Amino acid sequence: MTTRSTRRRAVAGFLMPFLLLYAAFFILPIGYAVYQSLLKTERSGPLGLGGSHRVFAGLSNYTTALTDPGFVDSILRVLGFALVQVPLMIALATALALLLDSASAWGVPLFRGAYFLPYGVPGVIASILWGFLYVPGVSPIVDILGKTGIRADFLGSGTVLWSVANIVTWEFAGYNMLVVVAQLKAIDTDLYEAARIDGANAWQVVRHVKLPLIRPAIVLTTVFTIIGSLQLFAEPLVLRPISTAISTSYTPNLAAYTQAFVNNNYGLAAAQAVILAFVACVFSFGFLRLTGQKGDKR
Amino acid sequence: MTTLTDKPAPAVRPPSAPRARRRTRAAQQSPLGWRIVVVGLLTVVALYFLLPVYWLIVAATKSTGDLFGSFGLWFSRPQLWENLRNVLTYDGSIYLRWTLNSILYAGAGAAIATLLAAMAGYAMAKYEFRSREPVFNVILAGVLIPGTALALPLFLLFSELGLANTYLAVLLPSIVNPFGVYLCRIYAAAAVPDSLMEAARIDGAGEARIFTSLALRIMAPALVTIFLFQFVGIWNNYFLPLVMLSDPKLYPITLGLTSWQSFADRQPDLYQLTVGGAFLSVIPLMVAILVLQRFWRSGLTEGSLKG
Repeated sequence: MTTRSTRRRAVAGFLMPFLLLYAAFFILPIGYAVYQSLLKTERSGPLGLGGSHRVFAGLSNYTTALTDPGFVDSILRVLGFALVQVPLMIALATALALLLDSASAWGVPLFRGAYFLPYGVPGVIASILWGFLYVPGVSPIVDILGKTGIRADFLGSGTVLWSVANIVTWEFAGYNMLVVVAQLKAIDTDLYEAARIDGANAWQVVRHVKLPLIRPAIVLTTVFTIIGSLQLFAEPLVLRPISTAISTSYTPNLAAYTQAFVNNNYGLAAAQAVILAFVACVFSFGFLRLTGQKGDKR
Repeated sequence: MTTLTDKPAPAVRPPSAPRARRRTRAAQQSPLGWRIVVVGLLTVVALYFLLPVYWLIVAATKSTGDLFGSFGLWFSRPQLWENLRNVLTYDGSIYLRWTLNSILYAGAGAAIATLLAAMAGYAMAKYEFRSREPVFNVILAGVLIPGTALALPLFLLFSELGLANTYLAVLLPSIVNPFGVYLCRIYAAAAVPDSLMEAARIDGAGEARIFTSLALRIMAPALVTIFLFQFVGIWNNYFLPLVMLSDPKLYPITLGLTSWQSFADRQPDLYQLTVGGAFLSVIPLMVAILVLQRFWRSGLTEGSLKG
């Protein structure tokens, strides 16, 4: 049949451009990273001056990465970071969205705009800004706290990770809020009416109508916050010159970047990137599975 | 539209979704004391989000000396124009070049990404074919891959092809937006009627023609949102250009400003240039965000994806 074949050609025409580019820039790099992670550079001749070539290294790059305390620490650091950052971020975003949606709020577009504004600021520029607000001598915050007798240190080894958390929260809380707001707006207002007729107060409407219905938005923002937290990079990189607490392997991404571009050890860098992608997928898939099952039981 | 609440996408709302809001009666029921608490809370949070922006505006007006020597939250001998002129003329006006680069990467990248996502999402929504669901699942899996994990192997690949350190090295990976395909599929499935497509076919329109003159127009609201998010995602991206580019002439603004910042301890003037440059790049984007607020109804950022 001619219509069937023309439609098949249409599908191919619409889909192929995307699929080819997706294969080239998503699937191929993953394969290539895995391939590179199995290679190492071997030098020949006296003192390694006879030139170098790539040879198969088995899993040695992975054992090197996973037995390097610095790299293992960096993974544990971002996991600890995510453990605090994710609940904080989602709670803040959800609370702001619900407050803006509540009947008691005034000036909603104004507030929503103010919260969403930082999303337009690139992470590195946000980090430069907050860096000025953290560093003693420039920061008005340190100034003011100092006058009240508090010696604030935002860049010490115990605090700098949470200073990074503050930057990340500032950047993305408004964005996550907007995702929740979009879903809140899609709720049929008749449901509120029905709940009120049943005698529900504002809190009960939130608890039993709004929260269950915005659950997909919360799951979505949680997954993206998990992935974002694990691939922390720009913020610690920008704060590095002003904080001695941030090492070149402070986060897994910083470690991989250092291996690739400072030590020219592409095999190890690729192995570290693969490990990070694996950890991120385990946690994001794991979270989706967990919430998916809960949904089925209800 | 039950699919919208079942699947993890608040996202783009098709025109059929309910949008009526009735606030007035609820507002009357809310006691004044409670309203003051809520608005007070919202104001405190707003101050937090606006504090760095306010600091940036004040700091952009200061000389390098006053940046370090005066109280950060108030003006001291403002010289905004002189500072901005310095930013725009420093090093052969390289800042202007970075700005144009950023506009090129984000503008062209987002436009092509949106078109590709629209085509793929439309095909997935409106045509039956055997491998449809498996292909869709593979595309969705791409949403979960950390962008920074891709950047490093992409650099190695591009190096072998001689593409590293070129405009294409940043542009090509930016035009693939799996989440955009997902949004387009949902939107097209809900908003583009089969009957309309059938009528167009009877009138003799080809499949390509139906897409360009019918579907694209109907999907426009979703496409605007996807374009905006992809634009900001590319504009804010740092890791990919950092890995790919070594020639400062190809830098986007993010990379350029951090290069100034990293030299500032040797050349203190660069502190003020960094602040002025940040001011110049942030303010227009913020105005754009506020003006375009109604278009940001939805979405998902590539920002949190590609870091």
